[in-house]
Formats: sequence, structure tokens, C-alpha cells
Amino acid sequence: MNLRRDVFQAIADPTRRAILLLVASHSMTAGAIASNFDTARPTVSKHLQILTECELLEQEQNGREIYYFINAKKMKEVADFIEPFRNMWDDRFNSLENIMKKYKSKK
Amino acid sequence: MERKTKVNAEEGKQDLVITREFELPVELLFKAYVEPEIVEQWMGTKVLKLENKKHGGWQFQTSDPQGNVVFQANGVIHAFSPNEKITRTFEMENAPFGVQLEFLEFERLTDDRSKLTMHIVYRSVAHRDRMLQLPFAEGINMAHNRLEGVVSKLK
Repeated sequence: MNLRRDVFQAIADPTRRAILLLVASHSMTAGAIASNFDTARPTVSKHLQILTECELLEQEQNGREIYYFINAKKMKEVADFIEPFRNMWDDRFNSLENIMKKYKSKK
Repeated sequence: MERKTKVNAEEGKQDLVITREFELPVELLFKAYVEPEIVEQWMGTKVLKLENKKHGGWQFQTSDPQGNVVFQANGVIHAFSPNEKITRTFEMENAPFGVQLEFLEFERLTDDRSKLTMHIVYRSVAHRDRMLQLPFAEGINMAHNRLEGVVSKLK
């Protein structure tokens, strides 16, 4: 449970969410990621470290450069956490909508 | 498929917001919340009491096919404005989730479309997170029970 808690703390930060969005399309080096932010480079490095520690990002060495890419499996776990709750309401509301549509046509 | 129902639950907060747009006039959407026989249909629960007025109370109960009560919840209505809003409390009986405060806002988008915004405030972050995990836990239990049913037939 602790790890999950860390994951949610990780994505609670707006800069870290922006990093995840950025890296979602293709893998990038720390420098390329940092160039998208006004924040100081060490701050971006710290964010990358946190995202890597909780396994939302993975690293890959390519020559002298380290590329960061998104861990799709971990990201899915985060989405899955509230998904059953969302589905429960979606089912209820779909049912409400269907019932009221029939109700309308009966009138 | 487009996700019609959205849940916004920020980490470390004790509330959440559920939003949903309906292909229904706002009057029909609101009706689905106040007519007991309609509530029973879409909530899948029996309505024991539903007093649609300020200081009114409500009580829902669900039983399994054998007639055992499996879910009971109740609350008080604090504000009631037709086609606009309902403010109410919600408490699941015999469950460790505490009372939650619900702000329901009904909004007319066009003649045939409307939007519901449900803002739920829990007693603490932990209470909210436990509530969020409930359908997940129930899903596992249901799958487990189904499996048990299948296995017991095999024996």
C-alpha cells in the first residue's frame, strides 16, 4: 500500500503530471524534458528521480544519454484505482438515462 | 468509447467530484432523483423513505434474493430546490465509512441535455479513499463468490 501512496503523491504534483504527459508520446533525455520547463534543471532532475523511484518512469541508457520513458503498466494501475468506482456510477447513470428516456416517450 | 461519467479525486483531499452529462431535459434528470419508484430502478435498491424537502429524511435498503438485508443507508436533506440542487447527508449503516455530505447540482445545458455535478465531502482523506476502494473490493468479493459457487457445483 505504501508504494501506491507514493505513486499518488507523485502524480499530485502539477510539474510531475506535466512531465508524464510530455514523456507519454516518446522517450526523452533529462535535458530535453527540462527545456520544456522554466524550473531549474536540478528541480526537474528531482522530479524525474521521484517519478522513477515510484516506477511511473523508466530509464534506458542509449550511448552517453539516459532516456526516460513512461511505464504504461504502472500508469494503468493508477487509473485502475478509481476505475471500479467510476464504473459503478457510470452503470447507475446509464440506467437512469435509459429509464428516463423511456419515461419521456411514454408521456 | 467516450467516458460519460467523470470522477475527479485529487490525492490527499477528503472530497471528490462526479460529473455526468445526460441526454435528458433537466426536469427528467431531477425527477429520477425524487420519484421513489424511479430511484429504485436505477439505484437497484428499495426506497423506504424519501422526503423531498428541507429537513426531510431518506432511507434506502437492499436485500439479496433470500431476503437478507445486505445494504442500508440513510440521511437527511438539507436543501431542496427543484431542477437545481439537493444537499443531503449519506450514511451507510453498519459500515465504518462515517457520514458524507453530498452537494448535487442539476444544470440545464439545452432543452434535451443536462448535467449533474455531485460533490461529496468525507470525514477524512482515509474515509474517502476507503469509500473509493469499496467497489474494487466488492468486485473481488463477487468474483470470489462466483468462483466458490462454480467450485461447489463441481464437487
